[in-house]
Amino acid sequence: MNLLSVSNLNVNFHLKGQDLAALIDVSFTLNRGERVAIVGESGAGKSVLGFSIVNLIDKPGYIKSGSIKLDNKEITKMTRPQLQEVRGKRIAMIFQDPMMTLNPVLTIGAQLVEAIRSHTRISFKDAKNIAIEKLHSVQIASPEKRFHQYPHELSGGMRQRVIIATVLLLNPDIIIADEPTTALDVTIQAEIIQLLLDICRNNSMALLLISHDLGVVSRIAERTIVMYAGRVVEEGPTLEIINDPQHPYTQGLLNALPQMALPGQRLNQIVGSMPPLNERPTGCAFHPRCPYATDQCRQQQPGFINSGVSTVACFMVEDMLTDTNSDYDEEID
Amino acid sequence: MATPLIQISHLEKAFASNQSWFSQWRIDRGKLRRKKDKVHALNGVNLTINQGETLCVVGETGCGKSTLARVLMGLTAPSKGEVHYQDQRIDHLNDRQRMLFRRRMQMVFQNPYASLNPRMTVYQTLSEPIAFHNPQLSAKQVEEKIRPLLESVGIAPSNMDHYPHEFSGGQRQRISLARALSVEPDFIIADEPLSALDVSVQAQVLNLMMDKQEEHNLTYLFITHDLAVVEHFATRVAVMYLGRVCELASTKTLFSAPKHPYTQALLSAIPRLDNNTTQPIRLMGEVPTQMDKPIGCVFQARCPYANPRCYAESPDMIRQPDNSSVACHAVDEGRL
Repeated sequence: MNLLSVSNLNVNFHLKGQDLAALIDVSFTLNRGERVAIVGESGAGKSVLGFSIVNLIDKPGYIKSGSIKLDNKEITKMTRPQLQEVRGKRIAMIFQDPMMTLNPVLTIGAQLVEAIRSHTRISFKDAKNIAIEKLHSVQIASPEKRFHQYPHELSGGMRQRVIIATVLLLNPDIIIADEPTTALDVTIQAEIIQLLLDICRNNSMALLLISHDLGVVSRIAERTIVMYAGRVVEEGPTLEIINDPQHPYTQGLLNALPQMALPGQRLNQIVGSMPPLNERPTGCAFHPRCPYATDQCRQQQPGFINSGVSTVACFMVEDMLTDTNSDYDEEID
Repeated sequence: MATPLIQISHLEKAFASNQSWFSQWRIDRGKLRRKKDKVHALNGVNLTINQGETLCVVGETGCGKSTLARVLMGLTAPSKGEVHYQDQRIDHLNDRQRMLFRRRMQMVFQNPYASLNPRMTVYQTLSEPIAFHNPQLSAKQVEEKIRPLLESVGIAPSNMDHYPHEFSGGQRQRISLARALSVEPDFIIADEPLSALDVSVQAQVLNLMMDKQEEHNLTYLFITHDLAVVEHFATRVAVMYLGRVCELASTKTLFSAPKHPYTQALLSAIPRLDNNTTQPIRLMGEVPTQMDKPIGCVFQARCPYANPRCYAESPDMIRQPDNSSVACHAVDEGRL
């Protein structure tokens, strides 16, 4: 059974008197111990998806329809105390900027102890021991000293380690990491990636990684979900998507990477940019930027088909598959 | 033969740290002395930027790359050392003398949301530098200059009266580039111009920068921590660590045969799409603070190959057979 299953999730935002759809019919599943990445440009709805899983969408946004089930329990219908149980204990989140997540006027120790004690009834001393043990497990040197320090006394990489320690305190089943390494240097990024991988493997935690960096994604995730303008456009095993992307948007994202072009040559850019919420085009939302767009793409929304590599929503892929199938039929005749 | 455009020699910059007056007092050899702590952002940088090339400066946070850019632009004065533009020394110029060079050197900043004035329209943003540096032009002539300029960076001139918030991040960065190009400079410093942008938008801005370089024979100093961009875009690469250049090489040489242990670690840390089997070289610990100037090599604390000489003696840049320059005792002695 799936640990987390999201089906036909629609999240809307009330903005300037309009009801705008940020997520449209998003469905995916996450199994125990699985590492899944959500990829897309800014504005694709990746973070909104992350937030809505723990029901953190605040006004003017709301979950319009669809279901999010954790162990078959519906998160969208939970009461506040029930949600409190889920947040932190079952599903924990890591955000992009560690300085924004940590409280600058409390010591690291105070924040860790508070997190433990708000979920379990144990003494301060026991909580402190757990906190120090977890700080140690994320490879922070001299955790006893760090325990009494304030966030500003730590470097960016160290702060992100503290956040990861906080997440580990309650042994959650799922970690949602929203761009966890974007604010860090490459060398520190490599260390944090390794740390996340080790933690997930050792504790069989599931990881939902939200990122725009395909290099990071290929290091961490087993499965990748590509999002565009609030919809999932492609989903499949990470390595296969990277080696043989099906959707034109995924192809564009991969081709735009500098390592895909010869040094000194022009990069292959995707023309245009992601449409804002109130200007989403009809049909396939990617058609204004797609080099293969046809009239059908401009009018209808493509459904999902299995291309053999991944599940993809694109008429071109669909046509190619039916073409090859009919060729095959002719050969049989 | 490449002609040098900018020569930087023995450049140092130290900032006074903002300690309280009380904590500045120390007891030193039985006497009470007042000593201000200093942050050494640049520790003797020597670099030559050649005409028409793209020199990329890479390094981690706090290695002094942005300070280097600001000193070159004259936004902060260096503590020691010299900067020459062609044949003229340009550090320590006063504002009036520097004005001539301000026109020839321009800068593009990291965050296009912060570097464009939110209360000025695109037209105002671009017309200000043009009118300032060309006071003889009439308002109409200024506008005639702005239209093709905007078109060349892919912004419709009809959007001239819009404010920055009406544009996306990529468009704003292109407007910043147009502003830098508006005074027809020879040299552009770009300080992390892509890090606030998405991959696909990065490609747009990078392509535009390459086109402009070809059109106007521009020289770029490109500051970044994204090594994938460097590999694609740079002519030469300077790797900086704690205020010093530790390796300088042509892009091809650097990426095929990195020599300095720090460069090797940096390159191995890039998350790549193809080979996920190679483990990144782990550097021990974090970047140390620059409060105290270290004796010996700046990289000693994190270097796996450090020996007593590295703790005692600061390595100089030594030219290698393949024309790269490396500041490392281990490379020099052939231990690595």
